[in-house]
Amino acid sequence: MSHRPVTTESLGVKLLLIGATVLVLVLFLLLPLCAVFAEALRKGADVFFASLRDPVAASAIKLTLLTAGIAVPLNALFGISAAWLVTKFRFPGRTFLVALIDLPFAVSPVVAGLVWMLIFGSKGWFPPGEMAEFFAPVAKVVQSIAHTPGLGWLGGLGDWLERPKIVFDLPGIIIATVFVTFPFVARELIPLMETQGTDEEEAAITLGAKGWKVFLRVTLPNIKWGLLYGVLLCNARAMGEFGAVSVVSGHIRGKTNTLPLHVEVLYNEYQYSAAFACASLLALLALVTLALKDLIERLGHAGSGGH
Amino acid sequence: MSISIRSITKTFGAYKALDKVSLEVPEGSLTALLGPSGSGKTTLLRIVAGLEFADEGSGAIHFHGEDVTQIHAGQRGVGFVFQHYALFKHMTVADNIAFGLSVLPRKQRPPSAEIRSRVTELLSLVHLEGLEKRRPDQLSGGQRQRVALARALAIRPKVLLLDEPFGALDAKVRKDLRRWLRRFHDEIGLTTLFVTHDQEEALELADQVVVMANSKIEQVGDPQQVYDHPATPFVIRFLGNVNSVRDPRDPESPLYVRPHDMGILFAAEADPATDRVARVHHLFSAGPIARLSLRLEDGQFVDAEISRQQLDELALSVGDPVAVRFQGASRFE
Repeated sequence: MSHRPVTTESLGVKLLLIGATVLVLVLFLLLPLCAVFAEALRKGADVFFASLRDPVAASAIKLTLLTAGIAVPLNALFGISAAWLVTKFRFPGRTFLVALIDLPFAVSPVVAGLVWMLIFGSKGWFPPGEMAEFFAPVAKVVQSIAHTPGLGWLGGLGDWLERPKIVFDLPGIIIATVFVTFPFVARELIPLMETQGTDEEEAAITLGAKGWKVFLRVTLPNIKWGLLYGVLLCNARAMGEFGAVSVVSGHIRGKTNTLPLHVEVLYNEYQYSAAFACASLLALLALVTLALKDLIERLGHAGSGGH
Repeated sequence: MSISIRSITKTFGAYKALDKVSLEVPEGSLTALLGPSGSGKTTLLRIVAGLEFADEGSGAIHFHGEDVTQIHAGQRGVGFVFQHYALFKHMTVADNIAFGLSVLPRKQRPPSAEIRSRVTELLSLVHLEGLEKRRPDQLSGGQRQRVALARALAIRPKVLLLDEPFGALDAKVRKDLRRWLRRFHDEIGLTTLFVTHDQEEALELADQVVVMANSKIEQVGDPQQVYDHPATPFVIRFLGNVNSVRDPRDPESPLYVRPHDMGILFAAEADPATDRVARVHHLFSAGPIARLSLRLEDGQFVDAEISRQQLDELALSVGDPVAVRFQGASRFE
């Protein structure tokens, strides 16, 4: 009889398990990824780059970057405050709050979009007409201030307050994205901050540090890798979100179509090469996200002394 | 600086962690708060530090006559060493020690050269010269503790507070550091209050021992006093092994006597006025001290410790009768 370690399986079982894993990886993960890039480049690099330079595609890319650029920093802030609140303090309703943070993960993206239609749509609780009435006095004040030299940039805000639009416009897309991607940062930080406890903060306090300095010099450095990781995942989802954004965007071409929505439009119009060219950007985003995730994990390990 | 704790009460929800606790910690003393877990000792230490506040209107904390009850931890001027040291993981040893000085408002902050020289000075004070650049995870437990101590001392605290200072160390390091801390305290003479659940540690290290149980102080005194003249049954039990012997003449209040205070004589020498007869139930004689488990005539078991020499003289073995004399027994009403 051969003596192998008790946790090791026989050669046959090993081969079977390895084979099954490789098969699934190739069939379900690697093949589709290759297909995206192959399809995107099938008619040559010229067509590929032309599809990306197309003004409608360019505006979809810009809108996606803008949405992520606003939603991700907001969620980083919300995530840090939520994690701070539920891990460093004990109060009634705390466990309910922790569960509530996960709500956007539990709810279907379509529903996540529809709720905003229900609230801000033309037949919703706060339809644009009523909001315009409500904001009218403020709009007047803002517009008059905007006339003073140097404050011209307030004009845009004034215009929006005169004719407030949330759904079928950028604010709606941002709100839907913020809602859907809210849990990423908070969920990454809560277990981390939970295990770290409050000892180091208390030590900083006895040494004379006050609130903001305690956060910047003690809490933030301890959570920075977890925070970066959460932000990275949050960003990947914010740029890739389809369902919720699709409901609130209104699909106005060149205006309220994000990159994922634009891919669908192109595909439905049988412009396969252009559709896959845009899709390959999203696939590239996924690859970059994975590479960065790996890097963050390595740096994070090195930073914590190799534990 | 002396610490004066006056009638402090602290409740967490329905649980009373401290019940009208008062205590004087003399200037320059090394005082131990000794008690089992849940006795309120750590809560008291945290209230002295300003990390926790006593119940509204319950009492006051004074440092050298000055009322600091409402003053926050950061302004109270206490050096606090946490049980697990709470060193800043991402900072070097030097940055850890300099932290208290570097977070001062710009106007009060010493120039960086001065901070550096203070760090060097503190490192040599705790015998960790040359470790400035290390990170906490590159240090041993004992070294970490001394870094935490140096960090706490950097702000020139009025009092030093230590929460279970040896709790996270292994037995050997523990003993060494204990002696080191005693010498260190004598050198710097800072009023120091520390929490421990280890009676040996408290008795060996402290000038003043405060025994706590169930949210109250049971006894305050120097180590000799609390050990030789325990004020309550709890204190005598907590400070070491003790037999509690039911006395047939007064069944209401048992006699407390430590195993090494038990007099063991030949059965024939028994004085019926003071002694009781017992049989050897078990005998453990490896090492310089022999331990006997004895069964009194009424069925109670008691432990005794005698020297090997005495054991040889008595030539005892299991089942032999002996006379037991309760010397130095305590009785509480």
